[in-house]
Amino acid sequence: MNGGDRLYEDRTPGVEEHEPTASYLSYTAGLGLAIVATIGSFVVAQTNLLWAPGVPVGLVVLAFAQMGIHLVFFLHLGSGPDSTNNILALAFGVLIVFLVITGSVWIIANLNSNMMPMSMQ
Amino acid sequence: MTVATIERAPAAVPSDLVRGRGGGGPASKRVVAAYGFWIFILSDMVMFSALFAAYAVLQGNTAGGPAGAELFDLRNVFIETMCLLLSSYTCGLGALSAERRYPARFLVFAALTFVLGTAFLAIEGMEFARMVEMGAGPSRSGFLSAFFTLVGMHGLHVTTGLIALVYLVAQVIAKGLGAAVLRRLLCWSLFWHALDIVWVGVFTLVYLMGAA
Repeated sequence: MNGGDRLYEDRTPGVEEHEPTASYLSYTAGLGLAIVATIGSFVVAQTNLLWAPGVPVGLVVLAFAQMGIHLVFFLHLGSGPDSTNNILALAFGVLIVFLVITGSVWIIANLNSNMMPMSMQ
Repeated sequence: MTVATIERAPAAVPSDLVRGRGGGGPASKRVVAAYGFWIFILSDMVMFSALFAAYAVLQGNTAGGPAGAELFDLRNVFIETMCLLLSSYTCGLGALSAERRYPARFLVFAALTFVLGTAFLAIEGMEFARMVEMGAGPSRSGFLSAFFTLVGMHGLHVTTGLIALVYLVAQVIAKGLGAAVLRRLLCWSLFWHALDIVWVGVFTLVYLMGAA
Protein backbone atom coordinates (compact mmCIF):
# COMPACT_ATOMS: atom_id res chain seq x y z
CA MET A 1 0.00 0.00 0.00
CA ASN A 2 1.57 3.30 -0.95
CA GLY A 3 1.00 6.75 0.47
CA GLY A 4 -1.24 7.94 -2.35
CA ASP A 5 -3.80 5.18 -1.85
CA ARG A 6 -3.82 5.64 1.84
CA LEU A 7 -5.23 9.12 1.81
CA TYR A 8 -8.48 8.00 0.24
CA GLU A 9 -8.68 4.62 1.92
CA ASP A 10 -11.77 4.04 4.02
CA ARG A 11 -11.02 3.66 7.68
CA THR A 12 -11.77 0.76 9.94
CA PRO A 13 -12.98 1.23 13.45
CA GLY A 14 -10.32 0.36 16.00
CA VAL A 15 -7.31 1.69 14.11
CA GLU A 16 -5.81 5.10 14.22
CA GLU A 17 -4.18 5.21 10.80
CA HIS A 18 -3.11 8.79 10.53
CA GLU A 19 -1.27 9.54 13.75
CA PRO A 20 0.86 6.52 14.51
CA THR A 21 2.99 8.34 17.06
CA ALA A 22 0.08 9.60 19.13
CA SER A 23 -1.54 6.24 19.67
CA TYR A 24 -0.09 5.11 23.00
CA LEU A 25 -0.88 8.58 24.27
CA SER A 26 -4.44 8.34 22.94
CA TYR A 27 -5.09 5.07 24.79
CA THR A 28 -3.60 6.47 27.98
CA ALA A 29 -5.65 9.67 27.72
CA GLY A 30 -8.76 7.53 27.13
CA LEU A 31 -7.96 5.39 30.15
CA GLY A 32 -7.54 8.47 32.33
CA LEU A 33 -10.82 10.02 31.19
CA ALA A 34 -12.68 6.71 31.54
CA ILE A 35 -11.37 6.26 35.10
CA VAL A 36 -12.52 9.81 35.96
CA ALA A 37 -15.99 9.08 34.54
CA THR A 38 -16.21 5.73 36.39
CA ILE A 39 -15.17 7.19 39.73
CA GLY A 40 -17.57 10.08 39.06
CA SER A 41 -20.48 7.64 38.60
CA PHE A 42 -19.69 5.73 41.78
CA VAL A 43 -19.29 8.96 43.77
CA VAL A 44 -22.54 10.41 42.40
CA ALA A 45 -24.40 7.20 43.23
CA GLN A 46 -23.12 6.84 46.78
CA THR A 47 -22.88 10.38 48.11
CA ASN A 48 -25.19 13.36 48.40
CA LEU A 49 -23.14 15.39 45.95
CA LEU A 50 -26.12 15.65 43.59
CA TRP A 51 -29.67 16.55 44.53
CA ALA A 52 -31.25 13.11 45.10
CA PRO A 53 -33.85 13.16 42.26
CA GLY A 54 -31.08 14.25 39.88
CA VAL A 55 -28.86 11.24 40.58
CA PRO A 56 -30.25 8.98 37.79
CA VAL A 57 -29.87 11.82 35.30
CA GLY A 58 -26.29 12.40 36.43
CA LEU A 59 -25.53 8.68 36.12
CA VAL A 60 -26.97 8.50 32.60
CA VAL A 61 -24.97 11.56 31.53
CA LEU A 62 -21.76 10.08 32.94
CA ALA A 63 -22.49 6.71 31.29
CA PHE A 64 -23.00 8.32 27.88
CA ALA A 65 -19.86 10.39 28.38
CA GLN A 66 -17.87 7.28 29.19
CA MET A 67 -19.27 5.38 26.19
CA GLY A 68 -18.25 8.35 24.02
CA ILE A 69 -14.75 8.29 25.53
CA HIS A 70 -14.46 4.57 24.73
CA LEU A 71 -15.65 5.08 21.16
CA VAL A 72 -13.26 7.95 20.47
CA PHE A 73 -10.13 6.89 22.33
CA PHE A 74 -10.31 3.07 22.18
CA LEU A 75 -12.26 2.44 18.98
CA HIS A 76 -10.92 5.60 17.29
CA LEU A 77 -14.19 6.64 15.75
CA GLY A 78 -13.57 10.18 14.66
CA SER A 79 -15.63 12.82 12.96
CA GLY A 80 -13.36 12.82 9.92
CA PRO A 81 -14.70 11.96 6.49
CA ASP A 82 -12.77 8.65 6.48
CA SER A 83 -14.95 7.10 9.13
CA THR A 84 -18.31 8.13 7.67
CA ASN A 85 -19.34 4.52 7.04
CA ASN A 86 -18.43 3.42 10.55
CA ILE A 87 -20.29 6.34 12.10
CA LEU A 88 -23.37 5.72 9.93
CA ALA A 89 -23.48 2.07 10.97
CA LEU A 90 -23.07 3.12 14.59
CA ALA A 91 -25.84 5.70 14.27
CA PHE A 92 -28.19 3.03 12.92
CA GLY A 93 -27.25 0.69 15.78
CA VAL A 94 -27.86 3.44 18.34
CA LEU A 95 -31.26 4.17 16.78
CA ILE A 96 -32.34 0.52 17.08
CA VAL A 97 -31.00 0.22 20.64
CA PHE A 98 -32.86 3.41 21.60
CA LEU A 99 -36.13 2.19 20.01
CA VAL A 100 -35.95 -1.22 21.67
CA ILE A 101 -35.17 0.10 25.16
CA THR A 102 -37.38 3.20 25.36
CA GLY A 103 -40.17 1.47 23.43
CA SER A 104 -40.24 -1.49 25.82
CA VAL A 105 -40.09 0.66 28.93
CA TRP A 106 -42.80 2.97 27.63
CA ILE A 107 -45.20 0.21 26.53
CA ILE A 108 -44.80 -1.85 29.69
CA ALA A 109 -45.20 1.19 31.95
CA ASN A 110 -48.42 1.97 30.10
CA LEU A 111 -49.66 -1.61 30.47
CA ASN A 112 -48.79 -1.60 34.16
CA SER A 113 -50.70 1.58 34.85
CA ASN A 114 -53.75 0.24 32.96
CA MET A 115 -53.78 -3.09 34.81
CA MET A 116 -56.79 -3.90 36.93
CA PRO A 117 -55.71 -3.58 40.54
CA MET A 118 -54.82 -7.09 41.66
CA SER A 119 -56.04 -8.23 45.04
CA MET A 120 -52.83 -9.71 46.34
CA GLN A 121 -52.51 -10.65 50.01
CA MET B 1 -12.85 -18.09 -18.67
CA THR B 2 -11.92 -14.53 -18.02
CA VAL B 3 -11.58 -13.10 -14.60
CA ALA B 4 -12.90 -9.61 -14.13
CA THR B 5 -10.49 -7.36 -12.37
CA ILE B 6 -11.43 -4.16 -10.65
CA GLU B 7 -9.21 -1.22 -11.35
CA ARG B 8 -7.85 0.11 -8.12
CA ALA B 9 -7.03 3.69 -8.97
CA PRO B 10 -9.84 5.91 -10.18
CA ALA B 11 -9.16 7.96 -13.30
CA ALA B 12 -9.37 11.33 -11.59
CA VAL B 13 -8.20 12.19 -8.12
CA PRO B 14 -11.32 11.84 -6.00
CA SER B 15 -12.63 14.89 -4.30
CA ASP B 16 -12.90 15.14 -0.56
CA LEU B 17 -16.60 14.39 -0.86
CA VAL B 18 -15.96 10.74 -1.66
CA ARG B 19 -13.44 10.14 1.12
CA GLY B 20 -14.77 7.39 3.34
CA ARG B 21 -17.47 6.61 0.79
CA GLY B 22 -15.43 4.31 -1.43
CA GLY B 23 -13.76 7.10 -3.40
CA GLY B 24 -10.37 5.36 -3.22
CA GLY B 25 -11.67 2.29 -5.07
CA PRO B 26 -12.38 -1.08 -3.47
CA ALA B 27 -11.28 -1.14 0.17
CA SER B 28 -8.52 -3.44 1.36
CA LYS B 29 -9.39 -6.81 2.86
CA ARG B 30 -8.45 -5.48 6.28
CA VAL B 31 -10.95 -2.62 6.04
CA VAL B 32 -13.68 -4.92 4.71
CA ALA B 33 -13.11 -7.52 7.44
CA ALA B 34 -13.09 -4.96 10.26
CA TYR B 35 -16.16 -3.18 8.86
CA GLY B 36 -18.05 -6.47 8.66
CA PHE B 37 -17.05 -7.25 12.22
CA TRP B 38 -18.18 -3.77 13.27
CA ILE B 39 -21.63 -4.58 11.82
CA PHE B 40 -21.63 -7.83 13.81
CA ILE B 41 -20.76 -5.94 16.99
CA LEU B 42 -23.58 -3.48 16.40
CA SER B 43 -26.03 -6.37 15.94
CA ASP B 44 -24.71 -7.83 19.18
CA MET B 45 -25.49 -4.46 20.80
CA VAL B 46 -29.05 -4.74 19.48
CA MET B 47 -29.31 -8.14 21.19
CA PHE B 48 -27.98 -6.64 24.42
CA SER B 49 -30.51 -3.81 24.11
CA ALA B 50 -33.32 -6.40 24.33
CA LEU B 51 -31.81 -7.77 27.54
CA PHE B 52 -31.37 -4.24 28.92
CA ALA B 53 -35.02 -3.53 28.07
CA ALA B 54 -36.11 -6.74 29.81
CA TYR B 55 -34.12 -5.78 32.89
CA ALA B 56 -35.46 -2.21 32.93
CA VAL B 57 -39.01 -3.54 32.70
CA LEU B 58 -38.62 -6.28 35.34
CA GLN B 59 -36.43 -4.32 37.74
CA GLY B 60 -39.20 -3.74 40.27
CA ASN B 61 -40.76 -7.22 40.09
CA THR B 62 -39.01 -8.74 43.08
CA ALA B 63 -41.97 -10.97 44.05
CA GLY B 64 -41.29 -10.31 47.73
CA GLY B 65 -37.68 -11.41 47.29
CA PRO B 66 -34.52 -9.37 47.77
CA ALA B 67 -34.07 -6.18 45.73
CA GLY B 68 -30.85 -4.91 44.21
CA ALA B 69 -29.97 -2.69 47.17
CA GLU B 70 -29.73 -5.72 49.49
CA LEU B 71 -27.78 -7.88 47.03
CA PHE B 72 -25.19 -5.72 45.32
CA ASP B 73 -21.75 -5.06 46.75
CA LEU B 74 -20.62 -1.88 45.02
CA ARG B 75 -17.00 -2.27 46.17
CA ASN B 76 -16.75 -5.51 44.20
CA VAL B 77 -18.48 -3.91 41.23
CA PHE B 78 -15.94 -1.09 41.28
CA ILE B 79 -13.05 -3.59 41.27
CA GLU B 80 -14.71 -5.50 38.41
CA THR B 81 -15.15 -2.27 36.45
CA MET B 82 -11.52 -1.32 36.91
CA CYS B 83 -10.36 -4.81 35.85
CA LEU B 84 -12.36 -4.62 32.64
CA LEU B 85 -11.33 -1.03 31.92
CA LEU B 86 -7.64 -1.80 32.41
CA SER B 87 -7.95 -4.93 30.28
CA SER B 88 -9.46 -2.78 27.53
CA TYR B 89 -6.42 -0.49 27.86
CA THR B 90 -3.89 -3.34 27.73
CA CYS B 91 -5.83 -4.84 24.81
CA GLY B 92 -5.46 -1.55 22.93
CA LEU B 93 -1.74 -1.36 23.66
CA GLY B 94 -1.38 -5.01 22.64
CA ALA B 95 -3.14 -4.40 19.33
CA LEU B 96 -0.87 -1.40 18.76
CA SER B 97 2.25 -3.46 19.50
CA ALA B 98 1.04 -6.11 17.07
CA GLU B 99 0.44 -3.47 14.38
CA ARG B 100 4.01 -2.33 14.83
CA ARG B 101 5.28 -5.92 14.73
CA TYR B 102 6.55 -6.25 18.30
CA PRO B 103 5.50 -9.83 19.08
CA ALA B 104 7.14 -9.95 22.52
CA ARG B 105 5.44 -6.76 23.66
CA PHE B 106 2.15 -8.01 22.21
CA LEU B 107 2.43 -11.23 24.23
CA VAL B 108 3.02 -9.29 27.46
CA PHE B 109 -0.05 -7.11 26.87
CA ALA B 110 -2.13 -10.13 25.83
CA ALA B 111 -1.15 -11.90 29.06
CA LEU B 112 -2.12 -8.81 31.10
CA THR B 113 -5.45 -8.61 29.26
CA PHE B 114 -6.09 -12.27 29.96
CA VAL B 115 -5.27 -11.96 33.67
CA LEU B 116 -7.50 -8.87 34.09
CA GLY B 117 -10.36 -10.50 32.17
CA THR B 118 -10.07 -13.64 34.29
CA ALA B 119 -10.08 -11.53 37.47
CA PHE B 120 -13.29 -9.86 36.27
CA LEU B 121 -14.92 -13.23 35.62
CA ALA B 122 -13.75 -14.65 38.95
CA ILE B 123 -15.27 -11.74 40.92
CA GLU B 124 -18.50 -12.00 38.92
CA GLY B 125 -18.62 -15.77 39.45
CA MET B 126 -18.18 -15.34 43.22
CA GLU B 127 -20.97 -12.72 43.26
CA PHE B 128 -23.31 -15.08 41.40
CA ALA B 129 -22.43 -18.00 43.69
CA ARG B 130 -23.02 -15.85 46.79
CA MET B 131 -26.42 -14.71 45.48
CA VAL B 132 -27.54 -18.23 44.59
CA GLU B 133 -26.43 -19.43 48.03
CA MET B 134 -28.56 -16.69 49.65
CA GLY B 135 -31.57 -18.07 47.80
CA ALA B 136 -31.49 -15.20 45.31
CA GLY B 137 -30.97 -17.34 42.21
CA PRO B 138 -32.40 -16.66 38.76
CA SER B 139 -35.64 -18.51 39.57
CA ARG B 140 -36.44 -16.36 42.64
CA SER B 141 -38.13 -13.42 40.88
CA GLY B 142 -38.57 -11.68 37.56
CA PHE B 143 -35.99 -9.12 38.64
CA LEU B 144 -33.39 -11.81 39.34
CA SER B 145 -34.14 -13.69 36.09
CA ALA B 146 -33.52 -10.51 34.14
CA PHE B 147 -30.42 -9.72 36.22
CA PHE B 148 -28.80 -13.10 35.68
CA THR B 149 -29.68 -13.08 31.97
CA LEU B 150 -28.24 -9.63 31.31
CA VAL B 151 -25.12 -9.83 33.49
CA GLY B 152 -24.64 -13.52 32.67
CA MET B 153 -24.81 -12.83 28.95
CA HIS B 154 -22.12 -10.18 29.34
CA GLY B 155 -20.02 -12.65 31.35
CA LEU B 156 -20.51 -15.25 28.64
CA HIS B 157 -19.23 -12.77 26.06
CA VAL B 158 -16.17 -12.08 28.22
CA THR B 159 -15.57 -15.84 28.52
CA THR B 160 -15.81 -16.24 24.74
CA GLY B 161 -13.42 -13.31 24.33
CA LEU B 162 -10.86 -14.91 26.66
CA ILE B 163 -11.04 -18.24 24.80
CA ALA B 164 -10.60 -16.39 21.50
CA LEU B 165 -7.62 -14.54 22.99
CA VAL B 166 -5.87 -17.82 23.87
CA TYR B 167 -6.52 -19.02 20.33
CA LEU B 168 -5.14 -15.78 18.86
CA VAL B 169 -2.02 -15.86 21.02
CA ALA B 170 -1.41 -19.43 19.84
CA GLN B 171 -1.74 -18.18 16.26
CA VAL B 172 0.70 -15.33 16.85
CA ILE B 173 3.21 -17.77 18.36
CA ALA B 174 2.74 -20.34 15.58
CA LYS B 175 2.37 -18.10 12.55
CA GLY B 176 3.81 -14.74 13.57
CA LEU B 177 2.20 -11.38 12.92
CA GLY B 178 1.05 -11.87 9.34
CA ALA B 179 -1.74 -9.94 7.64
CA ALA B 180 -4.39 -12.60 8.38
CA VAL B 181 -3.47 -12.84 12.07
CA LEU B 182 -3.44 -9.04 12.34
CA ARG B 183 -6.95 -8.90 10.85
CA ARG B 184 -8.20 -11.37 13.46
CA LEU B 185 -6.47 -9.41 16.20
CA LEU B 186 -8.11 -6.19 15.02
CA CYS B 187 -11.56 -7.83 15.09
CA TRP B 188 -10.85 -9.28 18.52
CA SER B 189 -9.82 -5.92 19.95
CA LEU B 190 -13.01 -4.35 18.56
CA PHE B 191 -15.00 -7.08 20.33
CA TRP B 192 -13.17 -6.54 23.61
CA HIS B 193 -13.60 -2.76 23.58
CA ALA B 194 -17.30 -3.19 22.75
CA LEU B 195 -17.73 -5.48 25.79
CA ASP B 196 -16.35 -2.74 27.98
CA ILE B 197 -18.91 -0.30 26.52
CA VAL B 198 -21.70 -2.77 27.35
CA TRP B 199 -20.31 -3.05 30.87
CA VAL B 200 -20.61 0.74 31.30
CA GLY B 201 -24.34 0.31 30.65
CA VAL B 202 -24.53 -2.66 33.02
CA PHE B 203 -22.84 -1.04 35.99
CA THR B 204 -24.80 2.18 35.54
CA LEU B 205 -28.28 0.72 35.03
CA VAL B 206 -28.04 -2.47 37.09
CA TYR B 207 -25.66 -1.75 39.94
CA LEU B 208 -25.51 2.02 40.54
CA MET B 209 -29.20 2.72 39.86
CA GLY B 210 -30.25 -0.57 41.47
CA ALA B 211 -28.34 0.04 44.68
CA ALA B 212 -29.54 3.60 45.12
